[in-house]
Parts: sequence; C-alpha cells; structure tokens
Amino acid sequence: MTTPGGQGDLAAELCGITKRFGDLVANDAVDLALTRGEVHALLGENGAGKTTLMRILYGLTTADAGIIEVGGSPVSIHSPRDAIAAGVGMVTQHFSLVEPMSVTENVILGRASGARLDLAAARRSVEEAADRFGIVIQPDALVEDLSVGEQQRVEIVKALARDCRVLILDEPTAVLVPQEVDALFETLRRLIDEGLSVVFISHKLGEVRAISDRVSVMRRGRMVGTARGDTDERELARMMVGRPAFGVARQEPLWHDGAARLQVRGLSARGNHGLGALHDIDIEVHAGEIVGVAGVSGNGQTELAEVLSGMRAVTAGSVRVDGAELANAEPLEVMAAGVGRIPEDRHASLVLDLPVSLNLIMERIDDFAPGGRLDRKGIEDHAEELIERYQIKARPNDRVATLSGGNIQKVLLARVLSRDPQVVVVSQPTRGLDVGASEYVREELLARRRDGAAILLMSEDLDELVGLSDRIIVLYEGRVVGRIEAAEADPEHLGMLMAGRGESEGEESAAGAKA
Amino acid sequence: MTLELRRMAENRVGRAGMIAIGAIITILAVTGSAFVIAGANPVDAYYAYFITPLTREFTLLEVLNKATPILFTGTAVAIAFRAGYWNIGVEGQLLMGAVAAAGIGQVVEGWPTLLVLPLMIAGGALAGAAWALVPALLRVRMGIDEVVTTLLLNPVALLVVQGLLHGPWKDPETGFPESPRMAEAAEFPQLSEFIPLIGRSRLHLGFIIAIVVIVIAWWVLSRTSTGLRVRAVGLSPHGARFAGIKVERTLLRVALVSGAIAGIAGVSEVAGIQFRLTEGVSPGFGYTGVVVAMLGGLTMPGVLIAGLLLGDLSVGASSAVRSLQIPSQVGDVVQGTLLLVVIGAVAIYRWRTTREDDRPPDEGEPPPDEPEGQAPVETPPT
Amino acid sequence: MTFFADIMAATFRNATPLVYGTVGETYTERAGILNLGVEGTMYAGAFFGFAVAYHTGDPWIGLLGAIIVGLMAGALMALMTVTLGANQHVSGLGLTIVLIGISEFANRLMFTGSTLARIEPMPLWDPLAGLGPIGTIANQYGLTYIGFFVVVPISWWVLMKTPLGLSIRAVGENPEAADVAGISVFRIRYIALMIGGALMAVGGAFITLAVLGTFTLDIIAGRGWVVIALVIFGRWRIFRGVLGALIFAAVYSLGLRLHITPGFEGIPNEIMLALPYVIVIVALALSGRNVPYPGAYLKPYRRS
Repeated sequence: MTTPGGQGDLAAELCGITKRFGDLVANDAVDLALTRGEVHALLGENGAGKTTLMRILYGLTTADAGIIEVGGSPVSIHSPRDAIAAGVGMVTQHFSLVEPMSVTENVILGRASGARLDLAAARRSVEEAADRFGIVIQPDALVEDLSVGEQQRVEIVKALARDCRVLILDEPTAVLVPQEVDALFETLRRLIDEGLSVVFISHKLGEVRAISDRVSVMRRGRMVGTARGDTDERELARMMVGRPAFGVARQEPLWHDGAARLQVRGLSARGNHGLGALHDIDIEVHAGEIVGVAGVSGNGQTELAEVLSGMRAVTAGSVRVDGAELANAEPLEVMAAGVGRIPEDRHASLVLDLPVSLNLIMERIDDFAPGGRLDRKGIEDHAEELIERYQIKARPNDRVATLSGGNIQKVLLARVLSRDPQVVVVSQPTRGLDVGASEYVREELLARRRDGAAILLMSEDLDELVGLSDRIIVLYEGRVVGRIEAAEADPEHLGMLMAGRGESEGEESAAGAKA
Repeated sequence: MTLELRRMAENRVGRAGMIAIGAIITILAVTGSAFVIAGANPVDAYYAYFITPLTREFTLLEVLNKATPILFTGTAVAIAFRAGYWNIGVEGQLLMGAVAAAGIGQVVEGWPTLLVLPLMIAGGALAGAAWALVPALLRVRMGIDEVVTTLLLNPVALLVVQGLLHGPWKDPETGFPESPRMAEAAEFPQLSEFIPLIGRSRLHLGFIIAIVVIVIAWWVLSRTSTGLRVRAVGLSPHGARFAGIKVERTLLRVALVSGAIAGIAGVSEVAGIQFRLTEGVSPGFGYTGVVVAMLGGLTMPGVLIAGLLLGDLSVGASSAVRSLQIPSQVGDVVQGTLLLVVIGAVAIYRWRTTREDDRPPDEGEPPPDEPEGQAPVETPPT
Repeated sequence: MTFFADIMAATFRNATPLVYGTVGETYTERAGILNLGVEGTMYAGAFFGFAVAYHTGDPWIGLLGAIIVGLMAGALMALMTVTLGANQHVSGLGLTIVLIGISEFANRLMFTGSTLARIEPMPLWDPLAGLGPIGTIANQYGLTYIGFFVVVPISWWVLMKTPLGLSIRAVGENPEAADVAGISVFRIRYIALMIGGALMAVGGAFITLAVLGTFTLDIIAGRGWVVIALVIFGRWRIFRGVLGALIFAAVYSLGLRLHITPGFEGIPNEIMLALPYVIVIVALALSGRNVPYPGAYLKPYRRS
C-alpha cells in the first residue's frame, strides 16, 4: 500500500481502518501512510473523521476493522499504553494534564515505576527533553498557573519524554495566537530533523500549507487522497469540501442609527479560580448589529458570556439591557429583559436526559403549566412546531442526549430564538458542527440581525467572527484591548491584539466612539 | 447457541432480558447460599420468605403494616434523590417526627380525635422538616455536602430520643426508658374498625396515609411544573439553572418535603403501632427507605412495589425464624444483596446502551459529562 | 493533671479506629470515589477479625482476617462503582447494609449461647510505665502505635512520594489525563479502594481485638459516617484528616469523662455524646464553601 509522494521508510501505516458509532460511519476503510521525518497534515472539515482516526492510532478507541503498523511491524493498540509502547504520542485538543500538579509530575505520570518517586531525576530528564528540542518550560510550575501555549508545550514534552517516534497533534493551533503558532511550527521542524514523524490534524488550509510536507484529506469518513504540502489552496479546499471553498461573506452594516440595546460599563468579574477574569469592560451593541468578541480561549470570553447570561456574579460595573440593570441578575431576570442566550457548553445547558419537548419549554415552564399542571398536549404541539421550523431531526419525545451535536444546537437555537429576543448573547455557535449545521446557525444569526436584534457573538473561529460581525472587540487577559470595524480587520492585526501586543488603531476610526 | 446469545445481546429488549436473568441468578445464588449456611432448604426458605406471608389474611395485612414505614421513607428518599439531594438523614428525621407525635400524644388527653390526628401529623411533618433544615441550608448557602451532614444528624437524633426517654419522658410507672402511653385520642385507628372486609390486624391509618402520600408525590413529580423543575435540577443542575430554574430554592423545598414525609413516618409508627416513644422505634427504617427508593428506580410506582416487596420479606423473615430456624439477619442479607445486584444490573444495562448510542467525538468539543456525576459544590452566582 | 493525661490517653485510643478509617477513605476519595461502605467495612472488619481470632486463638491472625475482609469489601465496591459505573452513594450504602447483615448473620450462627464469646485481647504497650502523666498517655495498644507511627507516615509517603500515589491522585483529579498517559484508571481505583477497605477493616477490628476483646452489635456506632466527614474536614490530606480524628476523639473522650465529673452531672449524658457530631458539622460549616474536592470526585470513568 503506497501513497503517492512518500519517500523513505514508513514510520506508521493505517490500512483499511473502519469505525462506526451506531449508524454513523466515522471512518470508512481509511488508509494512511506516514513516512519518517515528515510533517503530515490530516485535513478535513469538522466531522470528517480525522480525530477518530488518530484516536484509534493512539488507542483511545478501537477500530472495527483494519490494521495498524508502526515502524514496519503490525501492532495491536487497544489503549494509550499500547500506543506509547509502540512509540506513538498524542497531544489531544483538550489537554490531558492534571492541573493541580507540577509540570514534572505531569510529565512522569504513568512513566515512573518502582517504589520511589525520584523527582530530582525526573526534573532533569524533563529539562533534557526540552533542551533537545528547543522547548522552554519550567519544571516546577503548577500546570494550572501556565498559559495555554505553555501547557501545550508541556503536553509535547510529555510525549517526547516517552520516546515517541510518531507525534500526533490534534488541532494544536486552535488555542494559540499567530505568534505562538510560529513558535510551534519551529518546534515541529526541530522534531522532524531529529527523525520524528508528526501528524498534524487541522481544518485550517493556511497553516497546513505552511508546515506540512504532505497532506491527507478526509471527507465524511473517507480518505479522499494525499497530496504534497504545497498543493494549491483551491485544490485542497476542493478535496476537503467537494466544491470550491466558500467564504463567509462580509456583512454590510444595516442600521446606522440603531439604539444601543446592550450596554456594558466598567464590568469586572472573577473567574472560577477566584482570580480576576474580566477587568473594566465597556461594550455597546446596537439594534441590528453583530459585535464579535475575539480572543484566545481563556482570556475572558467564557466569563463574559456567563455574566451576561446570569450565570456569574460581577464584582463591579453594570450591564444594561434597554435600561434594565442586569448585573448579578438571575437567568430568569435576564430572560425577562429580552435577552436570548446561546451558551458555549450546550451539553451542560440543556437537560440531556429529558425529551426535546421539555427542553424546549424549560425557559418558560409556567407558560405551559396553567395552575401548576403541565399541559402535555400544548408542550408536544409546541415542540412539533419548533421541530419543523428549525429543521431539528428529532421527535418531541426523543431524549436530547441521543441527538447529534448539530441537532442539539438547533434545539438550543429553537428554544431561544423562538421567543424573538431583542438581545442575543451567543458563544461558539458552530463549534463541533458539520458544514450544513454551521451554515444554518450562521444564517439564523444573520436573520436575527436583519430583524433588528443586537447580537454579541463570541467565537474562536476568526473567519466566522470576521464574516458575521459588524464590529469586533478583542479581549486579552480580561480587558478590551482593541475595537475594530470588521471590514478593516486582518488576521495579523487581530492576532497581535489577541496576543496582547499593541492597542488598536481602529479606536480612532469613525463610526461610534464607544464600540 | 452462542450466535443466538450474541444476537440477543445486540437487541435492546433481549439484552434487558439477559441482564435480568443474570441478576436473578446472582440473587438466588447468594441468598440461596445464605439459606444453606443457615441450615435450611433454599426452596423452603424462599417459599417461607416470599410466599407464606401472602397466604393468610393476617400475615398479608401484616405485610402491609410492615411496609407502611418504609413506604414513607422510600418516598422521602426517592423525592430527594430525584432532585439530586442525597438525603440520608431520613432516619433522624423519622425519629424527630416520632418525638413530636409522642409529645403531642401526651398532652391531648380528652381532645377530639379529629383534631388531634391532623395536629400530630402536622407536628411530625414539621419536626422532620426542621431536622432536615440545617443540612439543607448548609448545602444551599455554602455548598456543603449534605451526605455527611444529614448522616451525622442521625445519631444525634437518636441521642435526643434517648435523652428524653431517660429523662423527662421516662415512664413514671414502669421506670423503663419509654414514654408513657399516649392519649387514646391520638391513636391511629385500626383499619379493621372501618373497613369491614379486613379482619383483625395491626394495620392502621398510617398505611392509607402512606398510599396517599405516594400518589400525591407521583402526581406532583410527573404532572406538575414543580415536579418538572425538581427532575430537571436532579438531572442537570447547570442546565436547570441556565433555563432560569431556581436551583437552590428547589433543593431547599425538596429537602424539607423529604424531611416532612420522614417525620410523618415517625408519627405513623408511634401513633399506629407503639403508642409510645421507645428507643427502638426505628430499626433502620430510614436506611431501608434508601433501599426501597433505589430498588424502585426512584419512581413512585417503583417505591410502592419495592416497599411492599420488602414488607413481604420482613414478615417472611421473622416467621421463618420460628418455622425454619433461620436467623432474622438473613433477611438483611437478602435485602442488601437485592439492592447491590439490582444497582449493578441497572448499571450494566446503562453502560451497554450508552456504548451503543456512543456519539463520535464532536470534533472540537469536550466529551459530555456523565449525567450522574454530581459534583456537590455548585458555585451559585452570589 | 491526671485528668488531662487520662483524656489524652483516651483520645489516642478512641481516635485509632477513626485514623485508620480516615486514611483509608482518603485514599479512596483521592482516587475519585466516595465510599459510603466505610461503616459496613469497619463493622465487617470488627466482626470477622474477632471471629478469626476466636477460632485461631491469636488476635494478630484475626487482624489478618480483618484485612482480607477489608480487601474484599473494597474490591466489591470497586466492582460496583468502577467496573459497572453504578451510583456511588447507593453502592456504598448497599455495601454497608450487606456487610452489616452478613456480619450479624455470621455472628448469630457462630456465637449463640448465654455466655459472651471472648478472646484474649491484644496487649497494651506500656513503654513509659511509671513516668507519670506521660506514661499514662503512652499506655496504648500496639495497633495505636502502629497506626500513628507507622501507618500514617507511610500512607502519606506512598500517596505523595511514590509513583502509585501520583497515579492515584491523577486518577482522582483528571482520569482522562491519567488514561492518556497510559495509566489504567480502573486498576488504580481498584487498588485505592482495596487499600482503603483494608485500613477501614483494621480500624474496626481494633475495637474488637484490642479494646473490648469481644463483639457486640452496633459496635461501630456510626464511626464510619464520621470518617466521611473527617476526610472532607481534612481536605483529603492525610495529616489533616488525622488531626480531625484526634479532635473528634478528644471531644468524645472529654464528653464521656465530664459526665462523671463533679459539677457536670446535671448535663444529660446524651448531650455530651452528641457534642462531637455537632462539632464536626460546625467544623464543616466553618470550613466554608469551595472546598477543594478532587476533580473527578463522584464521576465514574468511561473512555469515550
């Protein structure tokens, strides 16, 4: 089984990998050949099957069919232990670090044996591994005190310390600013110089072309093909989506004189660790506009959304919706003020074990319970109406837990948007959704905008953010460090702001002093 | 043969059947061994334990009688657990209800029954709720795990009972640590006096009240907005809070209602059977209530069936002491085994079905938390 | 002065079962599992330790028997909560019910008769005999010495300074991370539960094998539940948990003695006996919210 373009020995090979989840075929007879000393990108949209394939290689899941060979010989991988023993390492999207423990403890986790835990020797080996590959880390720091970029470095050192020959990185740049991405790529180049092979899962064309030697493209569970890393963007996009890539079109500002519906002034709030997460934030959102909040995960967007949803207390400042003060209000009051909230963590914000119909009325139970008695017929009718209107692929009595990610999001959308909120606070609306669902969600948001709602959008997907927003503000370490017209935004500039470097020049530009 | 078993395992109904059969076999194996060790024929033992009580009217009524307190406590526990409030202090709350009943019973000499009975029931409910209040407040205001606080108040409740019985309530006539007999007006009427079909037995009003409580609880949980809120809070506190449900208020109310029902259980035992307060008024009814609630799958119909089943078991076990010389403790072994095997079987069933419904990792999304994992500390927005 | 020495001596003695139990439950909860089977495990340890000692004539072999029972109890709890992923609260309570039931059943079978079965209890170690108050305090059973000077330090060291302890802590904080690092979450939790079970059983056996020399019903009298509270009070740290055990035992011992002290007779015995429990609740209330539960507390682990 040879893949065109590969040279040298094979570091690893996957043949005929098939994996089903119920009715969904996540991987359909997938072949992948990885040569030594290459950066091999695994490209595809959300839901293409890339993560599943790599989880199989790392033993987090087992394939229904197929063979895995590492270093030329077939291996049986049923757990990360097996994978590590075969020389495979993985840095997952959500780090596998024990936060209250130190870097050293995390690195030696699962590797140390014997009676004594020799932390001094472990520390030395951590420093050695880091030096060898040019990675900078502090061995005794507690993981929970590190930045996201630093935590990622710890993850890499973890894998390297186990003598992996194949390193899998799952969407490593999702949590990095552009400058950190450069640093990561530098590290990867050092790794392959030392003979390692790197698999780089991504859905970002630009990065893939920048760093990879070869690219394998997956679509809907199938391997579409493997090409050289410098292949034309449009060609790669075509392989990825089966049609010329579509961009998210920029929006023309609609309502120049829209009233300011959401006014945030001097907002400060604490995060889960008790430390300040938001500092003196000012935001205004007018009717008929979308204000996007850019920022690397962990800089306050989550907390901001929680405050505006009534799920987090503020320590200072005010939040006004049409004049009503909502700082420290409970969710009920926030909703009563006309705010619709589409949260980041959809699984936690619905009651998964209850049926769709009940979840759809959860925000307004009393409307469907005259005299305290549940109006079951009314609830079911209501559910059927929303199911049709929002194209939810489910029946009213299905437990939400059984729905796909996209449909769960639609349930949330239906519940919130069917009440015609005048202000919408939405976080990561298309995270984890496939192309069709993502398009649908974005269209819904734009429709609300046309109808005059004031929308505050938090998204880590910069393309989406720039495409949907009228104006963008950038959060860094809980502060607003930049306000830009979306039309003037460019990735470099945004990246710099998101990394905390430099104030925005956009502050002087036209259209509203307070963004 | 194996191929058929495999095909059955893939089918959900078939799987449930197989797990049920496995559970029954395990229960029979363990309990059967216990019977054999006790020196009895297992078949005779099972018959004596489960069937014999149902054969005579007197013992059948006694089954209902024995079921009465645990129907109350099972309901109290089930309601709380459904909300995700782990009220294990039912034992203590029951005792406080018993105290209230005995106390009221001693001062209402000569009062009309129709006045005394509701007074006692209300008093017992209030006492039980009061005993549940402190742990509930600690949970709601400070996020302190109610498992520990409710549990620790159980021995304290027993000490209160003992303190009263060795002190101010010691029966002046007998000198025993038991309260004087309560006023006649306070006694729960025997059902045999009202319902001509029922022969003489100890079955009393408490049983009727228990049934009523179960029906009301069922109605509220499944058919009302309040019940929906309770269920939502139990299944997903975060999701409930997000949707605007006042989680803390719901938990507090559930805790108090649970305590109140447990208190009524205490009233029922004192006013229906003992007619006085004794140290042994509750031989673990609170903990048995947990068994009943779990066996019943936390549903009200389930609690009813499980309560009757354990009542049956209780009567059978004590009669088997005489007829087959099986120590009564075997009854506890049977009960505990039943519980563990049932929980295990349900867990196996859920485990398998979840794996089948396994959704692929939504790329970019963290894996959903198991709905059951309940971190006791929710940081409410204050 | 003798009063004070007596109280101190009683404190260490009464604290011993709590110390074993608390250390054991700390291991279990650090691995992410709440084991409400403590009460039952201590009970079973007390009974079976006694039974084995009775039949073999040697209390130390009895202790071995208790340890084995504790290991089995821990394994059973692990089977329910780790392998099957059943609800931890209920599994633990069920375990307590079953273990107490089996113990009482076996007691009924083995030890009926008018005379109370007795064994020659473990001897007291009296190294500082005759040295006044210090001597009184030092007059403790072997298991107490072993508990405070051997088990506690070693447990701390294993949990904090060995690979096994690191794995246990990791599994309790973030089992996914541990799994990805190649640690078998299941295996570690089984080990933690079994270590915990063994220690709890020893704590129970201490009462029958050393203090009383016999077995009675209700021998544990709720100490298992207290252990649960002490672990939280101790913030899942070994030494702090031991401190909590000592405080509880001190209040308890004080209460017992105060009752027979002139001037205090008026206060009902029951209030004194209730005091330790109330103090634990107050201590929990005072320690406030946002107690640092292990990250994976109460969450069964499924590789998704």
